[in-house]
Amino acid sequence: MSLGPYASFIVTSYLAAALVVALLIGWIAIDYRSLRRRLRALEESGVARRSGRSATDMT
Amino acid sequence: MTLIDLANPTRFLSLTARLLPFLAAATTILLLVGLYLSAAVPDDYQQGATVKIMFIHVPNAWLSMFVWAVMSASALGTLVWRHPLADVAAKAAAPIGASFTFLALVTGSLWGRPMWGTYWEWDARLTSVLILFLMYLGLMALWRAVEDPTRAARAAAVLTLVGAVNLPIIKFSVDWWNTLHQPASVFRMGGPTLDRAFLIPLLVMALAFTLLFITLHVAAMRNEILRRRVRSLQMMQARAASNDMSAASTASQPA
Repeated sequence: MSLGPYASFIVTSYLAAALVVALLIGWIAIDYRSLRRRLRALEESGVARRSGRSATDMT
Repeated sequence: MTLIDLANPTRFLSLTARLLPFLAAATTILLLVGLYLSAAVPDDYQQGATVKIMFIHVPNAWLSMFVWAVMSASALGTLVWRHPLADVAAKAAAPIGASFTFLALVTGSLWGRPMWGTYWEWDARLTSVLILFLMYLGLMALWRAVEDPTRAARAAAVLTLVGAVNLPIIKFSVDWWNTLHQPASVFRMGGPTLDRAFLIPLLVMALAFTLLFITLHVAAMRNEILRRRVRSLQMMQARAASNDMSAASTASQPA
């Protein structure tokens, strides 16, 4: 597959998209882990939800 | 499970736990198919291989507007129905919409340089999309600046609905003004002007990016619900600590 004289523009576009999507996925995954860790720490310190259910309960 | 059940954040979390693996798998498969089809298209007779940038640029440009439309619907949910998940949905969508808009601007510039001879031109389409990007950033700053989530939600909802005026301006800017950007070639009266060889990979990529948005949005909404749980537990902890302190100070006072 030849990309012609403007190959650098095409490749940069696809790399930019891949980078931004990877950053979004990474940010969401890291944020999720950090939030679950904070919820677990709060529960271990003795704070409980009014419903009595675990704050990290996803079911 | 009915739609009204989803108004309960706990039920929504339970649904996301089951839904996310399927959404992620479907997004990955569709993206791989789209990328394969994009790589296999023939060169355009005028643009050559640079036409391949279209398969990244156009889906991101469409989604930049679609995400704002989703946020506008959520804003109505916040202001009119006070749906508990409406502000969660809007807040979670903003960084994703900003990212798609950023990609539309960057890939548009990279496509413009070889085709137009310039990375940037202050024409109506490019400028209105830049304004959309700045509005996303402004909304994200607003949510961070106002500490009370209820007040932040209302202010953000009003700003989102005001900003929705920009959507038809972006869409019709190429018809209303004389712009460097080409007019609509897919969603237009009289049908698409694109050849099927380009149209099919473009639609597959657009569908793949839309699924990507849905997957990321559901995951970001789950995070936002957990963030609000953290906040409410922290407030309960602070209230309990303050009650303990006042009880201790009352006990230590002389009778």
